[in-house]
Amino acid sequence: MLIVDKLCRPGMPSVSFDVGSGNCIAVMGPSGSGKTLLLRAVADLDPSEGRISLDNTKKDSVAAPEWRRRISYVAAEPGWWAATPEAHFSDWTAAQSLAAALLLSPSIGSALIAQLSTGERLRLALIRALMGAPRFLLLDEPTGALDTTTTEAVEAVLRRRMADGTGIVLVTHDTGQASRLADSILRFENGHAEVSAA
Amino acid sequence: MTFITLDYVDIALAAALVLINAALSLRLELGLERRFLIAAVRMAVQLTLVGLVLKALFAVASPVWTGLAALLMILFAGREVMARQERRFLGWWGYGLGTSAMMTAALLVTVFGLATQVRPDPWYDPRFAIPILGMILGNTMTGVALGMHTLTNGAVRDRAAIEAQLALGRTRSEAMRGTVRDTLRTAMIPIVNSMSATGLVALPGMMTGQILSGVDPIEAVKYQLLISFLIAGGTAMGALAAVQAGARRLCDNRHRLRLDRLAAPRD
Repeated sequence: MLIVDKLCRPGMPSVSFDVGSGNCIAVMGPSGSGKTLLLRAVADLDPSEGRISLDNTKKDSVAAPEWRRRISYVAAEPGWWAATPEAHFSDWTAAQSLAAALLLSPSIGSALIAQLSTGERLRLALIRALMGAPRFLLLDEPTGALDTTTTEAVEAVLRRRMADGTGIVLVTHDTGQASRLADSILRFENGHAEVSAA
Repeated sequence: MTFITLDYVDIALAAALVLINAALSLRLELGLERRFLIAAVRMAVQLTLVGLVLKALFAVASPVWTGLAALLMILFAGREVMARQERRFLGWWGYGLGTSAMMTAALLVTVFGLATQVRPDPWYDPRFAIPILGMILGNTMTGVALGMHTLTNGAVRDRAAIEAQLALGRTRSEAMRGTVRDTLRTAMIPIVNSMSATGLVALPGMMTGQILSGVDPIEAVKYQLLISFLIAGGTAMGALAAVQAGARRLCDNRHRLRLDRLAAPRD
């Protein structure tokens, strides 16, 4: 269970919500309302105030790298630090089945990152996070640049993870996707954030 | 071989060349004549003052005055390091980080050179300490400034890559490793280049100076080698210290990348 209590930081309204293991909360609202800032604060990539705990462990009581291995943040524009996708994985062979499930070509591992499409990079970043088997995923528009078929493949993979107990905080602009995946919705509107049932 | 003293007529003759430059500038309407003359006068005044200061320092040969002169040189070099940054660290760090890295490296290497190789008596004899510190400091300053400039720009450029690694649970030193490595390469390449070009492309100023003052070329070369090695050591040490401390300052205890600790870029 991920509990966020009165989390605040500049540029974002005060936010409280909780998500059970295997559940998904969709975060919706206009651009610039603070959705990405929320994910970054939960991942502890930016300083924030308020309380966050995961399975009764407070954020500040564990080392930050350990916290981020449990709660994995995937940015809307993920970063890369090597030339090829496979260099970003400790075991690329083990990631092959996920790549196939996400409709990526089997040879993509040795391609050049710079030559991949935005959609391919988004899915590779998702695999990179999933390989760490985090307890929670913080996803920033994971299907933003994808067509319908590929979006369905991503959602299928996410649903399988949820069935295994992984929780998800999902930033999305797609109401259809929110109703397909989420159990509750956190709406950012007019400087407020409110939780409602999906 | 003897040392040939110059009198002021000799210098005036050479200075005539600057007047010719100024005349040329007038004739060709370059608009540089005033700046030519002002720069030449500035140089003459500055160097004369330095000469007087050095003469006084050498005459008293006091550890306190030598130390004060060294400190002043370091503080000026620190200002220069800061001025060369496109994105400075905010607060005291902007001046303090580069200056302290440079100070530590330059002092260590200078004292090492004085105490174990040159061995003047006393070891702090300003006639040796000040010129050697000056040469080491000048080069260390370039290395530190280049290192910090490359590091801060690199962290901004690599932000997505660094944060992607942090988000996957890597520590700040793991996440910064690529940027730090690129930075150190950039900061150290000039030492390699200058060592390999020395002698072929340019005769180092100190060696030329010693030869002009009557020192046997082989002895002058030995001095130059010593200084070049000290410079290489000091530059590498200073750049390493500044880049490591800078990389540390760019991250906080929760292993976050803190680009908000840098000022906005200047143009």
